[in-house]
Amino acid sequence: MAQYAILIYAKSDVDETEVVPGAREAHDRHFEDMVNSGALVAAFALRPAADTATSIRGDAVTDGPFVDAKEVIAGFAIVEAPDLDAALKLARDNPAVQQGGGVEVRPVEGGFLRDRPAGA
Amino acid sequence: MTRSAEVERAVEGAYRRGWALVLAATARVARDLDLAEECVQEAYAAALTGWTRDGIPDNPAAWLTTAAKRRAMDAVRRERTFRSKLPLLVEPEGTTEHEVAIDEPAAVEPEEVVPDERLRLVFICCHPALAQEAQLALTLRLVCGVTTADIARTLLVSETTMAARMTRAKKKISLARIPYRLPEAAELPDRLRAVLGVIHLLFTTGHTAPSGASLVRTDLVDQSLRLARMLRELMPDEPEVRGLLALLLVTDARRASRVDVEGRLLRLRDQDRSLWDRSAMAEAHDLIVDGLRGGRPGRYVLQAAIASLYAEAPSYDRTDWPQIVTLYDELLSVWPSPVVALNRTVAVSMVSGPARALAEVAELEKDGRLARYQYLPAVKADLLRRLGCSQEASIAYRQALELTRNDAEREFLTERLTGRHRA
Repeated sequence: MAQYAILIYAKSDVDETEVVPGAREAHDRHFEDMVNSGALVAAFALRPAADTATSIRGDAVTDGPFVDAKEVIAGFAIVEAPDLDAALKLARDNPAVQQGGGVEVRPVEGGFLRDRPAGA
Repeated sequence: MTRSAEVERAVEGAYRRGWALVLAATARVARDLDLAEECVQEAYAAALTGWTRDGIPDNPAAWLTTAAKRRAMDAVRRERTFRSKLPLLVEPEGTTEHEVAIDEPAAVEPEEVVPDERLRLVFICCHPALAQEAQLALTLRLVCGVTTADIARTLLVSETTMAARMTRAKKKISLARIPYRLPEAAELPDRLRAVLGVIHLLFTTGHTAPSGASLVRTDLVDQSLRLARMLRELMPDEPEVRGLLALLLVTDARRASRVDVEGRLLRLRDQDRSLWDRSAMAEAHDLIVDGLRGGRPGRYVLQAAIASLYAEAPSYDRTDWPQIVTLYDELLSVWPSPVVALNRTVAVSMVSGPARALAEVAELEKDGRLARYQYLPAVKADLLRRLGCSQEASIAYRQALELTRNDAEREFLTERLTGRHRA
């Protein structure tokens, strides 16, 4: 088994209040399915980039996402899959793909994970 | 023929016919495309001396496969500890029977080669996670056995660029774990489309070289035909595989007549039809009839049917234009490409007149997707010329010239342009 990161992109100009009804539920269902199948390692949804992102490049701190683009990272997931085809299958099911955004799949090279509870 | 000449010829033949077969089988043992390539190359070199000494084997591909696999196993055993740098080629579970064989070298006996192994190779080379230019390069290298230097030369990039492109693609296969397996039924249509796309791109690149002195690059055309035949042998029931082979055959059947003795481009209506390869056209015809039977015909079958109708007409003027327009309509519904729509306008001009066709070209111009496509102003210029609008035609010929890089095509357009001026 290998690990892949699925970076979830959404349109940067979409106002949270305009989100299509059911969109959030579709995401919840998708990730619950992956929890049940055992494929999901971790997944996080982020607050809207346009309103809340802060970036640092060198000494400069700026308001907004790191890369100024039409699409921004809205969340990410780490999944386990035997090969790229299997990872792409999981990624293709991500609702963002059908909601005007998309996903980028990247093989994980390595990482760290906290092995004690928060604050302990 | 001397013994060594005979052996050389046998090795060459085995290279042309057997390379993909041998490499595909070796890759499963090596589980690394670079190592597999190296072992196969060595096996062919060993065949030269081995066959001179012991005679040419009855089944050269099986001999070579055994020799290459044995080398791969030796390398794997020797380097096992060093091979952790890059991940191994991923195979679906339950197919890694050679894991056992690695510890039992005696298990590699001369064998009947399984032809289906080649399909895995084709599908990994044309995996959609690789850029199409990388798919093309990998297919030429791994499936056709063309050297990187030759691929660089025919695709007009430097050898370093081509080598880097190849290395990057192989690295992605390894690091992203693109699996060495056949697509499942559900993914087959998409995956097959990518494979057919690469073979077709190879053919079109050879059929009208994007730049340079000669119109046709025979080596690329021949490789694409060889690949299409191989795919037809491996997937005999796929209508689109038949369609693609038919399309290549019928298009290439006109190879000898496309330019005059001085290498100048001839229009279809001016070509000498007696030079066309009738046997290739007949083969294509049978494939098309098969392909049009049952089910909704796909893109390549329809394209082949159109090309075949052009080719089978006794003369340009006696072409079945209404039938061609009908086939184009069907083609547009399965493959809504602006290039198809442009080609359709030529047939429309023969059925409904150049004015009607010109209106459709104008629509396509507005659409904008063909803004850099040299054949749009070229078609427009010809329609304007036929309508007697010589000034507008000249402007369009100049636009076409600005976008054209192939010398033979440039000369053709220049002649049309200056011809208009003389008139």
